[in-house]
Amino acid sequence: MKIRVLVSLKNGVLDPQGQTVRHILHVLGYHQIKDVRQGKVFEIELENIDRETASRLIPEIADRVLANPIIETFSWDFLD
Amino acid sequence: MINPMKFGVVIFPGSNCDYDTYYVLKEVLNQPTFLLWHKDQDLKGVDCVVLPGGFSYGDYLRSGAIARFSPIMQEIIKFAQKGGLVLGICNGFQILLESGLLEGAMLRNKNLKFLCQHVWIRVENNKTPFTRKAKVGQVLKIPIAHFDGNYYAPPETLERLKRNGQIIFRYCTENGEINEEANVNGSVENIAGICNASGNVLGLMPHPERAAEAILGSCDGLAIFKSILDIW
Repeated sequence: MKIRVLVSLKNGVLDPQGQTVRHILHVLGYHQIKDVRQGKVFEIELENIDRETASRLIPEIADRVLANPIIETFSWDFLD
Repeated sequence: MINPMKFGVVIFPGSNCDYDTYYVLKEVLNQPTFLLWHKDQDLKGVDCVVLPGGFSYGDYLRSGAIARFSPIMQEIIKFAQKGGLVLGICNGFQILLESGLLEGAMLRNKNLKFLCQHVWIRVENNKTPFTRKAKVGQVLKIPIAHFDGNYYAPPETLERLKRNGQIIFRYCTENGEINEEANVNGSVENIAGICNASGNVLGLMPHPERAAEAILGSCDGLAIFKSILDIW
């Protein structure tokens, strides 16, 4: 079973890396780019677990380890 | 003579200020000092734990995020909850934030640069075990060396920190003025160091152990270490 977890900075939290990416895109002429927020992707492989249990496990590890809930939020999906 | 204070300096894989800190406590301040290994579960009876600077676990995931789960940290969390003194310097501060012993989080520096330079910080509260020998408003010259020192806390947390006097150090000019120019890494409210509600846990980004001898350009870091000794 494969799962993808996406961690991103909360709205309102300054993202200097995203701002820098947006800046260079503007310099390159991509003026349609309104904003860029940079995040992290985790691709996780699980075994010996059913989908229902995984659906409880993933938010737990995302909240406890993968994301810092003070500054980040997460979303996740099954990849298979 | 009263018993000397026993210090413990924790070594995580990737710590790199551990021996500097050990040297200052042992050789400059002449205190019995022990090195504590991250896999240990024994604090060796120390009175004050210091989490040194560096890049524990390569700063993987987030600075301090992995170190938080090490065996020694579980003991340090219990020690802190019982009122034990814990000082986190730079990466040590980041570990304290990740472990929940201090409130808030670190973001990448606003200019995305690794900052390695002397800065000035102003003492905002001297009613803590770590600042009692300093004066409120006193300006300390202490170096920083970090990538993720842009302190952030949500507005409601920030209000509580202010109300409780938990903001201990703020980045300032040489004359003690708090302004945006002095705020090298973009921290909210120029915050360079905070303590917990009961005052026994302090984290700061500047490195007092690198400002403990005149030959290194500043002795201002001693104000913090000598404050700790003063309560003994």
